[in-house]
Amino acid sequence: MNCTEVRALLAVYGDGELDLPRAVALEQHLAGCADCTALLREQNALRSAIRTHAPYHRAPEALRARLHAALPAATDSDAPVAQRARRPRSTATLRRWSGALAAALALAIGINLLYVAQRGDDALADEVVAGHVRSLQAAHLADVPSTDQHTVKPWFAGKLDFSPPVHDLADAGFVLTGGRLDYIDHRNVAALIYRHRQHVINLFVWPAGSDTDRGSSVKAREGYNLLHWTAEGDVWWAVSDLNAEELREFEQRLRQAGATPS
Amino acid sequence: MIDPNTAQRFQAMAAPHLDAAYNLARWLTRNPADADDVVQDAYLRAFRYFDGFRGGDGRAWLLAIVRNTCYSWLRRNRSEQATMEYDDEIASLQSMSDPAELAMHVSDPAQLLLRASNQQQLEAALLQLPTEQREILVLRELEDLSYKEIAGITGLPIGTVMSRLSRARLQLRRCFEAMSTTS
Ligand SMILES: [Zn+2]
Repeated sequence: MNCTEVRALLAVYGDGELDLPRAVALEQHLAGCADCTALLREQNALRSAIRTHAPYHRAPEALRARLHAALPAATDSDAPVAQRARRPRSTATLRRWSGALAAALALAIGINLLYVAQRGDDALADEVVAGHVRSLQAAHLADVPSTDQHTVKPWFAGKLDFSPPVHDLADAGFVLTGGRLDYIDHRNVAALIYRHRQHVINLFVWPAGSDTDRGSSVKAREGYNLLHWTAEGDVWWAVSDLNAEELREFEQRLRQAGATPS
Repeated sequence: MIDPNTAQRFQAMAAPHLDAAYNLARWLTRNPADADDVVQDAYLRAFRYFDGFRGGDGRAWLLAIVRNTCYSWLRRNRSEQATMEYDDEIASLQSMSDPAELAMHVSDPAQLLLRASNQQQLEAALLQLPTEQREILVLRELEDLSYKEIAGITGLPIGTVMSRLSRARLQLRRCFEAMSTTS
């Protein structure tokens, strides 16, 4: 290894992430090169300065308490067993209190969860729009650019734990132009790219976890239209600057294609 | 309505990682009140998604949710700031054409370390970094996560984790240098 090769790997080595054969080769070089050794020492000093001196922000007690109250399981089983055993007289009071507290909490949690469930789609819509914008900005629309569904579909095999339905809708004016892996809702999903006239449509697909079909709903976000439905056991999100009406037509064509074996 | 066993399992899994969750949110939002809100929101979301948690690394699973919540929050509340997904390709072109440049980039090491060892100056420099660079340094140096774990949390390929980390460190040095010349 020469100095250039060593320096390109120095950070990875310092992070303890270099594979053994290359680490050995690198150390051999370091043994005879004062410059690279000095660089490594400086790099390690900077790392340890960050670790030692950057503030680590621990969660405030108030937040911990609030979460403990907002989330379930803050009932009488939480009281230390020893304490309850030692103070039998207060146990009844504690029980009564926990009953009331539990009821109040259940109500609060019910409201919270309802709130979260409604917001779930909103949060997803944010992620879908972010995925769309990202794909346009980075000029990284497709990992597999192809107008052929028989090229795009197999490309996902081995990259996803499901096989996304890929439909050719060129006849209807929605031209498949490729596929991409994306990450939505904490999982890898298939992103299929279609074009309609000059408009790009990102179609995100992942398994729904149930077979219940859900009708579509339209949202508008940051100048984009989103359409969201559940069918064929999959969750579908289409996002584009296309108008809502044409996006609905896209959905209809997809549903038709899904219903008829290709 | 809620299975108490599920609730207890969630508490047992999630409570120990609250510091890590808050630390990440605090560094990403750069503000204690916002970090509070984001973590609370993230934990409630995590509880809702808990059925989908298949065991394994609870901290990584939670941090991924905290991170997503942070970015949604940043997008919603600070649209004027550059919180769009960070473009590694462009950053790469701007900051270095040769990966070895990073390691060769030595100014005055003693001066650099002096500043890095001053808590205020270090914090100020970290807060100046783009969110994505700050995030990767926090995950790597403060949470002591491996490249692979960071890739899992951020959804980035490992190669991108490595290059982003390099750029974050380079950028941090530049911040210190800028401090040296202006002070
Ligand atoms: Zn050398």
